[in-house]
Amino acid sequence: MALIELKQIFKTYHIGNMRVPVLKGVSLQIAAGELVALMGTSGSGKSTLMNILGCLDRPTSGEYWLNQKEVGRFSADDRANLRNRSMGFVFQSFNLLARASALENVIMPLSYATDTISDREARRRGREMLGRVGLDDRLDHEPSQLSGGQQQRVAIARALINRPPVLFADEPTGNLDSNTSSEVLRMFQELNREDGITIILVTHDPMVAQHADRIIRISDGVIVDDVGYRIEQKPQAVIAGRISDSGDIS
Amino acid sequence: MTIHRTVRTALQALRRNPMRALLTTLGIVIGVGAVIAMMEIGNGSSSAIKKSIASMGANTILILPGTAASGGVSFGSGSVMTLTPQDYEAILRECPSVSSAAPMVRARTQVVYGNRNWVPSAIAGTTPSFLEVRDWMDLSEGEVFSDRDVLNANKVCMLGQTLVRELFQGESPVGKEIRIKNVSFRVVGVLGAKGANMMGSDQDDILIAPWTTIKYRISGSTLTMTNQSSSTSETSSTVNTLSKLYPGSQQSLYPVKSEIQAADNPMPVRFTNIDQILTAAATSEEIPEAIEQITATLRERHRIRQDEAEDFTIRDMTEMTKTLSSTTKLMTNLLLCVALISLLVGGVGIMNIMLVSVTERTREIGLRMAVGARARDILRQFLVESVVLCLVGGGAGILLGHGGSQLVRLFLNWPVENSPGAIAAAVLVSAAVGIIFGYYPAWRASRLDPIEALRYE
Ligand SMILES: Nc1ncnc2c1ncn2[C@@H]1O[C@H](COP(=O)(O)OP(=O)(O)OP(=O)(O)O)[C@@H](O)[C@H]1O
Ligand SMILES: [Mg+2]
Repeated sequence: MALIELKQIFKTYHIGNMRVPVLKGVSLQIAAGELVALMGTSGSGKSTLMNILGCLDRPTSGEYWLNQKEVGRFSADDRANLRNRSMGFVFQSFNLLARASALENVIMPLSYATDTISDREARRRGREMLGRVGLDDRLDHEPSQLSGGQQQRVAIARALINRPPVLFADEPTGNLDSNTSSEVLRMFQELNREDGITIILVTHDPMVAQHADRIIRISDGVIVDDVGYRIEQKPQAVIAGRISDSGDIS
Repeated sequence: MTIHRTVRTALQALRRNPMRALLTTLGIVIGVGAVIAMMEIGNGSSSAIKKSIASMGANTILILPGTAASGGVSFGSGSVMTLTPQDYEAILRECPSVSSAAPMVRARTQVVYGNRNWVPSAIAGTTPSFLEVRDWMDLSEGEVFSDRDVLNANKVCMLGQTLVRELFQGESPVGKEIRIKNVSFRVVGVLGAKGANMMGSDQDDILIAPWTTIKYRISGSTLTMTNQSSSTSETSSTVNTLSKLYPGSQQSLYPVKSEIQAADNPMPVRFTNIDQILTAAATSEEIPEAIEQITATLRERHRIRQDEAEDFTIRDMTEMTKTLSSTTKLMTNLLLCVALISLLVGGVGIMNIMLVSVTERTREIGLRMAVGARARDILRQFLVESVVLCLVGGGAGILLGHGGSQLVRLFLNWPVENSPGAIAAAVLVSAAVGIIFGYYPAWRASRLDPIEALRYE
């Protein structure tokens, strides 16, 4: 069963009287536990598709099913809750809070969780998460005191703090050099393999895309190529079980 | 998001730019400071006024003779002599709301002791009940003269503190003889200190003697003349007219009566008059009743018909209290208006800076939304931030205002009084300003689209 299913997604922007169709009927399925790279030329609509997948935006038409729920019709508050609990985001430009420590950045999403946890528990989890990304010794550093790769790792820790089953990354290595890039990508692979987190990352770099199991190519708002393991071929029963156990997706 | 976490986030946000936060709240600081200082100073002076009214006897009702008028020229209060000692006795007898009363005969002349002299601001001829009416029962020395002294017109007197200081210079005056208009009086007692009244005149600059003594031995020649050198041998029983006030430019309105005319039309024998009757109502609530009863009694005694004007005037302190406290209230209200305007300006400043802050932090807002903040979380965060800002300003304002009023107390010796109500109100008002003026920016922040906010440069 697919974790994510898009059916004939259209997205059209309106600038004044001009209609700008960006996505022109995108349909795809992504199973739990996949590591997918979304590729395409600049302006092909990758970010737009990511935003729809990440429930930051709504499609103009079409259906978006996430874990058997049609989230495309969710209200703004429900989508916010969904983003908080079931999704993690990693941005190209890190998007960390400038004057807050790494730890504070990482635990920030916990403030918006519906089931609030104590400050101590939040900090414990934040430290644990930073430990996972190898930054236990940088807890109190502010973003300006961290290298680009370290900042991106803080961002990854923040994306994972609520233990989401899905992680979205829009050009996560766009601002990093090749060494730090592969470091971050290795981390993604590890999270995907060991924790069974479904990862969808956008890139236009073939080297980055190589780290993925599956590569979806998009051009001018439609999928033109889909290379990689098919849903059935991926033995991820364990992971799918984990997701439904924790009941993370509401 | 729990409220204390929201507050902490707000404080962190404000700490990023402490100078700006400080300048932003300046309007609130000044507004709240002004309110607190005004309230403390205003309360202080109004209770000082109350105290000084109480020292004059808050329930005092003063009965003055009416005014004489001739051809449209009014001669002012006291220009006719209509009050008699019998009136005073009748009031005591017939008005149940009047707890005590004292007749008053006033004089103003020199008091001499040894080689020193002094003109006290008041020489009051009265009865021992005067002290009761004025709530002046504590003597610092000696004793009160008796009703028998009044009856016999004995030459005894009591002195106020100022007079004692001026004439005796540390000596004990009790038992000493002083002279007023060459009449010698024995000092029997010294009044306790009373201080200045609310008009600022010294209430201790007084000499009290039996009214009969003052009336018959002193005031006969001094009632209308304070200037002894020009005093003529007038008696107080003549009707006072303008010409008597200016003896130098005597101008008679009517042809002077000849001896024969005077003999043909004998003036009715006039009763003894007194200058004032001082009464005290039993309680301040009973003042209106007491005034009514006194009016009725006097109208009857003076045989004033229904449609005729009264030949006496009644004054009570409530009017004066009201006037004085309404003056201070007016001042306080005016200053409160200024303070409110300052708060309004401060509020607009808060709104302005919050709008700037929302714009500056658009990306942060987008990020928070992306990780799950709902519109109301964002709204709350910015609202709390502006309320915290205003409360910090309000707190600083309270300290400033309190400090200011303490300085006024220390250096200007103005009476001030702490006002917990004003402090509570200041806290509430600054929180309200934060909510009212922070709402629009916070609402704007909450309405941002997450994608656009994230993309904002
Ligand atoms: N808010 C918007 N209003 C109008 N047009 C938009 C808006 N956002 C994106 N577009 C248009 O949609 C198209 C796709 O944009 P998108 O950001 O998805 O491209 P992309 O594939 O992510 O490109 P890149 O690799 O450069 O990031 C572009 O032509 C862009 O002009
Ligand atoms: Mg893009």
